[in-house]
Amino acid sequence: MSELETQAALDPVASELYEVWVYLATSPLLFLTLTLAAYLLGDWIYRRAGLSPWANPVLIAVLLLVGLLVLTGTSYSTYFDGAQFVHFLLGPATVALAVPLYRNVRALRRTLIPLLVALIGGAATAVGSAIGIGWLLGATRETLLSLAPKSVTTPIAMGVSEAIGGLPSLTAVLVILTGILGAVLATGTLNLLRIKDWRARGFAIGLSAHGIGTARALQINEVAGAFSSLAMGLNGLATAMLVPLLLRLFG
Amino acid sequence: MLFFITLLLLCQLIGEAAVRLVDLPVPGPVVGMALLFLGLLIRGGEPPEELGQVANGLLNNLALLFVPAGVGVMLHLDLVRAEWLPILGALIGSAVLTVAVTALLLSLTARITGAEARQEERKE
Repeated sequence: MSELETQAALDPVASELYEVWVYLATSPLLFLTLTLAAYLLGDWIYRRAGLSPWANPVLIAVLLLVGLLVLTGTSYSTYFDGAQFVHFLLGPATVALAVPLYRNVRALRRTLIPLLVALIGGAATAVGSAIGIGWLLGATRETLLSLAPKSVTTPIAMGVSEAIGGLPSLTAVLVILTGILGAVLATGTLNLLRIKDWRARGFAIGLSAHGIGTARALQINEVAGAFSSLAMGLNGLATAMLVPLLLRLFG
Repeated sequence: MLFFITLLLLCQLIGEAAVRLVDLPVPGPVVGMALLFLGLLIRGGEPPEELGQVANGLLNNLALLFVPAGVGVMLHLDLVRAEWLPILGALIGSAVLTVAVTALLLSLTARITGAEARQEERKE
């Protein structure tokens, strides 16, 4: 019995509420609404905190929703029946990244060689450092394989994870955590290194923290957003090719 | 407006179909992004205003779209509890290293190749 059910057994008002919840939970409306509401609340806190990377709206929304689902004993698949409508928009949103990319095409063209150097070095660092640190701290083999593609956007990462013997659903979570942590840690790291060039800042955040990093970069600076989108797309390609190669070398 | 929403979906659809037909190692939406980018390059000039509005509408709320996948953490609470130290250590260490290496490589090679940032490109 979940906590809500136990409570419902004790209290007639709670019992009625529980019945309403059970009824609503069978339609996608409830969890679609709750997903948007949790994000709006997270975004409100993020703005109140002056866009501080620590008050990441995705992190806040995920914590609120996981808390609610665990407390009410709701399964992820019930939740996802509603949330899938939001999840679906990731596809068209990825296509839409072509627009900021195109607006900055001149800057991109002029920076082609530096971009390629940064891409190869960055992609190798993302994969190598995650596996290396995880191994040193005692992660199991399955977790290490699920960690390898964590810096690229969810659908690519899940595909790579499956191909090398990781757990795709764990990889999806590690990808989101990477995005949140990247968005949280990038600003401080870049300031510490005194990197002021928006192209380098954007490319670095998009390469390490895919779409969540890009979402933050787009809010802060349009050039950073464009370079972040580009890094995200290129790193998807680079990681898909690099990870199987690295595993053959060290596996 | 509806036309450009359809255009985005169509690019994604062609992308998904191409990935399955040719067995590409990238997801359909990324191919769709490349298609739309190529289309804009061929067309030249400013992107259509309504396309800009549709794209901004989606991209201004990009972070929201990751929430459903993030809630999936509840499927792995036991594993995360058992291996939280290596997972958190790897994610934090790798995030800092990756950002640092990428940004340093890019700004160093930009300086060497003379592709310094220009003022006019910092503006929208």
